[in-house]
Amino acid sequence: MNKALSGALRSAFGMAATGALLAASSPALAADPLRIGVIAEAQAIAGASIPQAAQLAADEINAAGGVDGRKIEIIGYDNHSSSADSVRAFQRAVNEDKVNAVIASYISEVVLALEPWAARLKTPFVTPGAASNEISKSVHADYEKNKYTFHGYLTSAALALSVCDGAKDLLVDKLHMKSAVIMSEDAAWTKPLDIGYEECLPKIGLKVLDHIRFSPDTTDFTPIFNKIEGAKPDVIITGISHVGVQPTVQWKNQQVPIPMFGISSQATNETFGKDTNQAAEGVLYQGVSGPGVAVTPKSVPFAENFRKKFGNYPSYAGYTAYDEVYYIADAVKRAGSTDADKLVDALEKTDWEGTIGRVQFYGKDDPFTHSIKYGKGLITGLMLQWQDGKQSAVWPKDVAKVDIKFPSFIKLSN
Amino acid sequence: MRAFQILIDGFAISALYALGATGFTLIFGVSGVLNLSHGAIMVAAAVAAWAAASVLNVGTYAGALIGVGVALLTAFATYFAVVKPIQDSRRIPNEEKEIFVLTGTLLWGIMIQELIAYFFTNNAKTVLPIVEGVVEILGVRTPKNEIFTAIVCCLVIALLWLLVNRTRTGKAVLAASMNPRGVTLLGLELTNIYIVVWAIYGILAGIAGVLLGMFLGVSSYSVGPLTASAFSIVVLGGLGSVSGSLIAAFVVGYLETLTAYLVSPAYRTIPALLLLVFVMYIRPQGLLGRR
Repeated sequence: MNKALSGALRSAFGMAATGALLAASSPALAADPLRIGVIAEAQAIAGASIPQAAQLAADEINAAGGVDGRKIEIIGYDNHSSSADSVRAFQRAVNEDKVNAVIASYISEVVLALEPWAARLKTPFVTPGAASNEISKSVHADYEKNKYTFHGYLTSAALALSVCDGAKDLLVDKLHMKSAVIMSEDAAWTKPLDIGYEECLPKIGLKVLDHIRFSPDTTDFTPIFNKIEGAKPDVIITGISHVGVQPTVQWKNQQVPIPMFGISSQATNETFGKDTNQAAEGVLYQGVSGPGVAVTPKSVPFAENFRKKFGNYPSYAGYTAYDEVYYIADAVKRAGSTDADKLVDALEKTDWEGTIGRVQFYGKDDPFTHSIKYGKGLITGLMLQWQDGKQSAVWPKDVAKVDIKFPSFIKLSN
Repeated sequence: MRAFQILIDGFAISALYALGATGFTLIFGVSGVLNLSHGAIMVAAAVAAWAAASVLNVGTYAGALIGVGVALLTAFATYFAVVKPIQDSRRIPNEEKEIFVLTGTLLWGIMIQELIAYFFTNNAKTVLPIVEGVVEILGVRTPKNEIFTAIVCCLVIALLWLLVNRTRTGKAVLAASMNPRGVTLLGLELTNIYIVVWAIYGILAGIAGVLLGMFLGVSSYSVGPLTASAFSIVVLGGLGSVSGSLIAAFVVGYLETLTAYLVSPAYRTIPALLLLVFVMYIRPQGLLGRR
């Protein structure tokens, strides 16, 4: 080896060593900010609210003095709804931008792709909007490895329960409905959702007459509605997120006389009314929060502040992302450190009243480890309906402001 | 009952496909350009119509006109900013120009798609129907707008036929598609004919886009599938043959509708694509192709 080369190598090693030293010493600085990486779908309405809500929470916490004097810094990445882009963003967030925790995505496929990376890079990771049961089941199956992942939104199983609980009161008890057809898009999150529906609908007294799964690329829903009408159900139970505007508009244009009730993620967006030219009128959907609905004292102020700042109400994932920044900050405070394992321990003990209810996580021995707990006094979800161009809560009773009503083309069979 | 349903639904969708594919095949027939930004132009028209009517509240008719106008502008932009510079370039060898045009229009289409997603999100938008309500035809509850769509498509295609066969400009276009060299020898400026064709194309794609936005709704994700469906219809019918494209549009439209009703909506596009592969094997020039 010639001298010049070895000299260059030596100085390179020297620089690397200094860099490592600097990196190792930096967390000790008290004024060093708490960095949270936010990876989301900037072009999708549900995803766009995620970084905005996270920033709002960070600004509020910073204005109040930060976390033990440390400011929160939100570092955003657009993943273009792609798993590959998300994985690259996650690596960059951890390796280059040195984030302490990551909040990412409303798409189950993306979150499932990130979960192993949270394990490999030992970085606490919370999703504000994905629903697949597999996210928390993987944590349960290999706790030591996957414990860095937290499911900050309801699992598909819990979503199905929430829809069934709402359907029992609203459809069976009030409107005496007896039968249903399940209509859901083919995606990771709807598999467990459909299993949940199949199980709980008959229990509340709705006979499942047919079960239609369709490709998320579907553009013409006429054959699907036609088939559903042929089965003569009292209600269509939906499981849709990637699609929403198109089936809703075609439901109205074709005057399908059967109400839609269930999960319809796009309907949770304030812009849904405009996107569908008000065809959304009468659509019943499950949500964890909604404009003007005081699930907790924090819900309405958050939604209003969000609207003041960004011009529209947040999507469902906006509410959860906002809460997540708060309970991550709370966990850092309780842990007294940003060390990943200590942070995971602290996050497991979360008991935080957020905008969507009281957030606690299932433990190591529950089948849905690290998913938020569903139930009375915790998070139950709501049923909302598009009425007169607005989203109004119709269930449960304590937050409901109005009764359900349908457009004139809906023919209730009882 | 189900047969009537398939007949009615299939007709509306086929007419829409026909309209979308006609402009696409016309451009190819006259100037040899395969415009892969086709889907993007249709989506731009629909989103513009939606934005004008639902955000700026200009009304349904004005919104639809604005949509068609935007498609016309985008078509001209495609020609002057992408296609013409490649065709006029001295640095690109003539035999490679087709590939350059393909790549150029494809990238242009992606740019339009990303711009739409950036400004209007990738959520689907629907254009407010010009006629609302439903009527019963042969026991099938049919949205009036579906009938309106089918009628407009047929009218526009008939107008196009009149334009091409009965007017001087149209005859020049037809001549250019048969023998571009001959047309220039007759003293007609080929560039002017191209501009006319791109104008016709822009209007056709615009009307198809706005109608699609009313009938089914579109999002920035629709760009790829729309280009692909126009492309396969045109290849099936025979590249450059307008009547071939019309027949192919109805074959594909009905095949898709039949599959969606009788097999499953999830497999809608598969038989049409298999048919395309099959036709490519036994008749590579397409149903009515000349070359």
